[in-house]
Amino acid sequence: MTWSAADLAIVGLSLQVACVGTLATLPIAIVVALLLARGRFWGRSVLNAVVHLPLVMPPVVTGYLLLRLFGRRGPIGAFLEDVFGIVLAFRWTGAALAAGVMGFPLMVRAIRIAIEQVDTRLEEAAASLGASPAWTIATVTLPLALPGILSGLILAFAKALGEFGATITFVSNIPGETRTLALAIYTFTQTPDGDTHVWRLAILSIAVSFVALLASETLARRLERRR
Amino acid sequence: MIRLRIRHAFERLHLDIDVELPDGLTALLGPSGSGKTRTLDVIAGLLKPDEGLVQIDDETLTDTSRRLIVPAHRRRIGYVFQDARLLPHLTVRQNLDYGRWFARHRGAGPIAFDALVSLLDLGHLLSRHPARLSGGEHRRVALGRALLANPRLLLLDEPLGSLEVSKRQEVLPYLDSLIRELRLPMIYVTHDWAEIRQRASLVVHVDDGRARIGAADTEKHSPPT
Repeated sequence: MTWSAADLAIVGLSLQVACVGTLATLPIAIVVALLLARGRFWGRSVLNAVVHLPLVMPPVVTGYLLLRLFGRRGPIGAFLEDVFGIVLAFRWTGAALAAGVMGFPLMVRAIRIAIEQVDTRLEEAAASLGASPAWTIATVTLPLALPGILSGLILAFAKALGEFGATITFVSNIPGETRTLALAIYTFTQTPDGDTHVWRLAILSIAVSFVALLASETLARRLERRR
Repeated sequence: MIRLRIRHAFERLHLDIDVELPDGLTALLGPSGSGKTRTLDVIAGLLKPDEGLVQIDDETLTDTSRRLIVPAHRRRIGYVFQDARLLPHLTVRQNLDYGRWFARHRGAGPIAFDALVSLLDLGHLLSRHPARLSGGEHRRVALGRALLANPRLLLLDEPLGSLEVSKRQEVLPYLDSLIRELRLPMIYVTHDWAEIRQRASLVVHVDDGRARIGAADTEKHSPPT
């Protein structure tokens, strides 16, 4: 079995979309996780529910909402295009947005749990030594939550890599632009005699997931040993 | 001088304290669960009392009648916690440096880094992580870390508690030399009379949330073993 350059380009595009999508949402996920774990404010449970929506809604619905909001005539999409010249609709950047949004709840959840497990007495100790709340978060809370942040990142990456419904609804299935692995496999299952192609891509997809898992395990073990 | 007035209702304890503490070493003496640590938490700004006033010299740090609570990180109060609370992801050196970093703009502290390291005998531990320290070593690092943050008042919560008698002898001499060499007001919480009878200039008995000033130098307060 041999893989063509086009196959590898699909893998490259998938990795690009998943990486950009997860890394771009990471800072937001950390802020939201901090708010949910440590914040005491009205509407916290509402925020929690909103964050989890992409996890429980049908992905098609998420994709449709993204299209309405971030499409060229959507309120956010029009603003981004007018002010920054950024277009998301039917571009790979839009696929990255869809992938990031779908992975967001998993990322927030893992990071929130990790932050909740950080001993608040250590944060008190930092305060007694003169560290402001922001410094305490940066030098105590987040470093101690690092393994959880990492596992949240990997979960979201895995979700982003396999994302299908929201992506195809929001940015369609354009070869070389938004056709990621999952979308390409789906396309070839709809094509007569596409079977061998499906197999080639499926094997690639399994290989990518496997390598990502191994890498994350190794990284987690290294972090653990540093303690 | 420290002016202290606290009223706070916990589930099982009513804290009702009204004392003035002179500079020097004040001991808060009382059985466990009597409210000593809670009192320190109020002074450090980690616990907001239902009603209370904390003043050091002329500065008011807590005054609930004026809704004033200076946050803990702006109080310049060193706190040696009963459970040390060293930061587990940092080495001993980084732990010692932690408060020093924020204290840089406050001018020179009561003691220089190298002098403190040799006084507390921490030189061989600097590159270790807290997980690889003994109980006595934990206390010494916590003590050093609090002092390097350049505090104006030091709170010591059972600095010898839960250490075996032999380990106490490991920490005690360091503590004594600090008390002697640094002219720093200290509040020392303990349940053991023997620990402070030689050291305290004032003893405050705390019992069931209430405080009573006692004499420092009489034998009649035998340890409540």
